[in-house]
Amino acid sequence: MHIEVRNLNKSFGDFHAVKDVSFDIEKGKLIGLLGPSGGGKTSILRMLAGLETPTSGDIVFHGQRVNDLPPQERGIGFVFQNYALFKHMSVYDNIAFGLKVKKQTKEQIRERVMYLVELTGLKGFEHRYPHQLSGGQRQRVAFARALAPEPQLLLLDEPFAAIDAKIRTELRTWLKEMIERLGITSIFVTHDQDEAIEVADEIMIISKGRLEQKGSPWDIYKNPETPFVASFIGESSIVENLSELRGFEDASNVAGTKALIRPEYIEIGRAGEIKLASASMPAVVKHLHFRGSEWMVELAVGDTKLITYRSLEKEVLHPGEEVNVLVHRAYLFNDQTSWVLENPLKVDPMPIHI
Amino acid sequence: MTIRRTWIWLTYLVFALLLIAPLVKIVLGAWENGIQGLIDGLTRPEALHALMMTGIIVVVVTIINTGFGIMLALYLVRAQWIGPRMKRLLNSIVDLPFAVSPVIGGLMIVLLLGPQTVIGALFEDAGLKIVYALPGMILATLFVTFPIMVREVMPVLQEIGAQQEEAASTLGAYSWYTFWKVTWPSIRWGVIYGVVLTVARSLGEFGAVLVVSGNIMNKTQTATTLVYQDVENFNVVAANGIALVLAAFSVGLLLLMEWAKKRKEVH
Amino acid sequence: MNAMFRGRGWSFGFRTAIILYFICLIVLPIFGIYTQSFSLGWMPFWESVSDPLAWKAVLLTVKLAVIATLINMALGTMIGWVLIRYRFPGRSFLNSLVDLPFALPTAVGGLLILLLLGPNSLVGSLASSVGIEIVFHEPAIVIAMLFVTFPFVIRAIQPLLEELDKSEEEASYTLGASKAKTFFSVILPTMLPGILSGAMLAFSRGLAEFGAVVLVAGNIPGKTLVASVYIFGEIESNNPQGAAAVSVMLLTLSFLILWLVNVLQARRTGA
Repeated sequence: MHIEVRNLNKSFGDFHAVKDVSFDIEKGKLIGLLGPSGGGKTSILRMLAGLETPTSGDIVFHGQRVNDLPPQERGIGFVFQNYALFKHMSVYDNIAFGLKVKKQTKEQIRERVMYLVELTGLKGFEHRYPHQLSGGQRQRVAFARALAPEPQLLLLDEPFAAIDAKIRTELRTWLKEMIERLGITSIFVTHDQDEAIEVADEIMIISKGRLEQKGSPWDIYKNPETPFVASFIGESSIVENLSELRGFEDASNVAGTKALIRPEYIEIGRAGEIKLASASMPAVVKHLHFRGSEWMVELAVGDTKLITYRSLEKEVLHPGEEVNVLVHRAYLFNDQTSWVLENPLKVDPMPIHI
Repeated sequence: MTIRRTWIWLTYLVFALLLIAPLVKIVLGAWENGIQGLIDGLTRPEALHALMMTGIIVVVVTIINTGFGIMLALYLVRAQWIGPRMKRLLNSIVDLPFAVSPVIGGLMIVLLLGPQTVIGALFEDAGLKIVYALPGMILATLFVTFPIMVREVMPVLQEIGAQQEEAASTLGAYSWYTFWKVTWPSIRWGVIYGVVLTVARSLGEFGAVLVVSGNIMNKTQTATTLVYQDVENFNVVAANGIALVLAAFSVGLLLLMEWAKKRKEVH
Repeated sequence: MNAMFRGRGWSFGFRTAIILYFICLIVLPIFGIYTQSFSLGWMPFWESVSDPLAWKAVLLTVKLAVIATLINMALGTMIGWVLIRYRFPGRSFLNSLVDLPFALPTAVGGLLILLLLGPNSLVGSLASSVGIEIVFHEPAIVIAMLFVTFPFVIRAIQPLLEELDKSEEEASYTLGASKAKTFFSVILPTMLPGILSGAMLAFSRGLAEFGAVVLVAGNIPGKTLVASVYIFGEIESNNPQGAAAVSVMLLTLSFLILWLVNVLQARRTGA
């Protein structure tokens, strides 16, 4: 289903939860709504489902405005954060609910439910009740129940939030595969960036009721359009005093410009380890933290603190040690604008200081 | 340990004096004139009529207040067309009958619908007598028992939340289907508990009914107002018979209450 | 549920019916009694209220209800505690029996008191031989009020005691507090909101009680005539004006209490 949202607003009393949000979603895409808790993601999802009425704006499914359609007539499937399984019904009856509403024959219902039970790997659990299932199983039931009436759009509200960290990754992959196989347009809400990046075809970043950016995970990572997106996606250190960063001194000409630097933009090495020595600058190792598969290194360049990672294969650094640091690129921003800047010294065709 | 034993004995003592002794007394007292005396007391035409009136009131009131009580509870918890401030106001009004003396409840109905009032005269012209007749007695009992069902169902609805109902609506189910298939199974035991309480209260209602009914023998007399009249006439043994029947019902209801409460906790 | 009532043509009519029923049954009568009592102006209202028999009846009711409530607070706290904290034979039986006064018609309750403590009974004759009159005097009214309001305090503190974490008490012991000290500084404060709101409910029920009281009180004006019986008498003697005036006094008092209970509960739930 092709979805269009135009200038959507939602207020709860004095609280403006969703501010002028517009977007388009192509048929068959899997979209992640990502942002901090309380940012209005769930309100957008509930308005798409018809569970909340927009204060203003249009929601268009397939070229038809659906604002005034009740949820029953929108052809959507909704997976709730805590699944909202009917607790007095067995797994079978939960999945069959939407089909019974449609007054399908017993045979049709049985066939569809058994297909979904098989698809979601719940075979053998049909007669259990929700309280007899694990979190992951409940999530699968909720998923199967939402899919049973063959919706055109699947909406998932924090689908993995109530699941143990261990099986969460497993379930993510499973869900992504399942949705790809069925080819159903889907939107899920999450506050976990790893989850959004891993699962979604496209991410929409929502903060304080506004749509900050929409794009593929890679796009958003590479070209964040707002300071919020830049700081929300990935790890980063903020540098206020740009004159201390070698290669970025010119950027400090505009007052108030700050830089946001991700750990993976930073190369660190003992004397001689960095090839482009001309672009590097001295720094002191402040702390080392062992992170299981690598070292996290806290550095001080003058008064500026930077964070980066260092492979376990390389020689171990020690606190207090002097090292060289090369900042490959930085995301720069001030009140007016923002841009990504590659370290100019790195690409200088004729370096003068050899 | 000895302190604990003292407390337990004291508790038993209070129960024995305040609750158990009266129960025993009523069972013994009804037999004072032998089994024949009890049967005579109960088979008086006015006693049979009074019990019938009580039965009618209990059935009608319980049905009406269960229906309206559940609906109002649903509205007060779920409805979005009532603003939050309005909801709070309505919510506090629900409790008012608990604070109103039953006699005053009865008086209100006499004042509003009595034969000398405009509305009462209007109804009377249409051939419907309200005060000093069954409709008024039912109204009075409805007033007194109104909060019970609402107060039993509201917390259950609040606890289960709206999500299961929202899930049903996204699966295409409309109001009635959602109510019967999703909401009802969750509130069922709360409703049953409320029904038992409503039955108990309407069975025992006395003050409001006494004022509204005029206590006319063989016409508007209920079981409780008959007990009152018998006592006033110093016919204590006859009163005892009716009281025994009422008490037996109450104990039965008490057992039902316990059972419903346990089921409510399980679900 | 928001969607539950949406999308059907008759849902509007349905809503209106429910709200109308609610207003006609509850709001209208209460509104009616206030207007009725002032219908002839301030003076007749004032005359009805300032009738010594009227205000004596109200004062007597308040006094006896206060006594019954105080006894109930003590008994209820003890019984609530014993029933939740101690395990002994017959505990669950007693626990179910607590609700008996709610299930038993109040007129039957009055009759029972009459039978047990009346002049012909063992207790009654014993008491009168030492010069204490129970039935048709104030003690009987207090006992009747006590009986009908018995469950309130117990049922109000039980959930609080169940919620009270045993470790709070244990923490107090490990900090060196004695049993009595622990009871008064840890357990009692937990129970207090329940005791208070239970007592308020018991008090307002005591004020309103009619069935049990009318049978055991002597109903002697100015001495053993409580407010609800006074109102009943006024109605019987065809003076609805006076009945309404006293009703308004009693109602206003009850509403005040109800409001207090709500405030107490709101504070407890932190809403």
